Amino acid sequence: MWQHVLTIFIASALINNFVFSRYLGLCIFFGVTKRMETAIGMSFTFTAVMLVEAVLNWLIYNYVMIPYSLGFLKIVIFIGTVAAFVQAADTMMKKVAPALYYKLGIYLALIVTNCIILAVPLLNADENYTLFESMALALGSGLGFSMALIIMASIREKLELADVPKSFQGLPISFVLTGLIALAFLGFSGMITL
Amino acid sequence: MSNNASLGTLLKNGIFGENPVFRLALSLCPAVAVTSGVKNGFLMGVAVLFVMTMTNVTVSLLRNFINPKVRIPSYVFITATWVTVIDQVMSAYQRAVYKEMGLYIMLIVAFAIILSRAEMFASKNTLLPSFVDGVGMGLGFLLSLMLLGVFREFLGKGSFWGTQVLPAKPLLIMIMPTGGFFAMGLMMGWLNWIDRKFFGGAGASSGGH
Repeated sequence: MWQHVLTIFIASALINNFVFSRYLGLCIFFGVTKRMETAIGMSFTFTAVMLVEAVLNWLIYNYVMIPYSLGFLKIVIFIGTVAAFVQAADTMMKKVAPALYYKLGIYLALIVTNCIILAVPLLNADENYTLFESMALALGSGLGFSMALIIMASIREKLELADVPKSFQGLPISFVLTGLIALAFLGFSGMITL
Repeated sequence: MSNNASLGTLLKNGIFGENPVFRLALSLCPAVAVTSGVKNGFLMGVAVLFVMTMTNVTVSLLRNFINPKVRIPSYVFITATWVTVIDQVMSAYQRAVYKEMGLYIMLIVAFAIILSRAEMFASKNTLLPSFVDGVGMGLGFLLSLMLLGVFREFLGKGSFWGTQVLPAKPLLIMIMPTGGFFAMGLMMGWLNWIDRKFFGGAGASSGGH
């Protein structure tokens, strides 16, 4: 059983990397990777929120939605918990750990529109994962996303000094770059068959 | 965005001036994912068109009843409801395609473009302009997806909407995730260049969700 959990963890971090294989989280990916500090800050915040979110939504899905046949409402309910949790975390952090909030608080607000935060609970629901499998997916996605952010940030910081054609400056060249990194990540496929 | 802007202008705006994908660079996440084929891109575009228009219409109808303090959660709730509708409809009538893209259809709810249009336009305008704005933006999205889809499917599989056009598969990489990113970047770059060369625009897409 632990082997399966570990498989899911590695798969979601490397093989089915949420950014490079599933195209998710692009929203924030291009936004915070201009500087290494923002990328790292977002990595921590995202992984923490993702883990709590996955557990919360798993509990709601398995103990409230399935018994009452509310499966078709999962879109509405999951995004509801995301919004509510982010709001609660925002308020709590301001009171309990103001120094931490000052550093990382801004990323919390951005996470609400992050596609991955919604995708992980939806995947957990569709595949009927157990609690530990869901946590593995969440942690794996957090790790994968962090790797993506840090790799991209380190390249983009150097990119500022490169001579990019005017039409390609900004997003277009970043997309092409992401494609190249995705090509590298393609090498992981087939490592584990899930 | 006044009430007096002609409806035709609104429609054109959504397709060209403020095209969600190539100009505003909003809501890219699922957009790039589903364009490995023209048919997928088309269905995704239709789904987004539906959700955008219906959300704009609903928000416009309810704009005088929603308390400003809870307006963002209300817009999200409205969007989520319409996404659930299109999700159920698609899983019933287009079962095969839905199996591939089901997750991305559900993620339409996280589209920043829908939320921002509801906030910036539908909450301040009457029914008909909001409807046209939704249709315009949705059409812009649909056309962008189809453009990407044609590019990727033609180069990657040598086919169009499933029917084989070329005898071989030129660049298989195009239908994989890498190809998606490349196609997107190249498209954006070319459109920027066209914009600068022929329309004297600034030719830069802003970053966003």
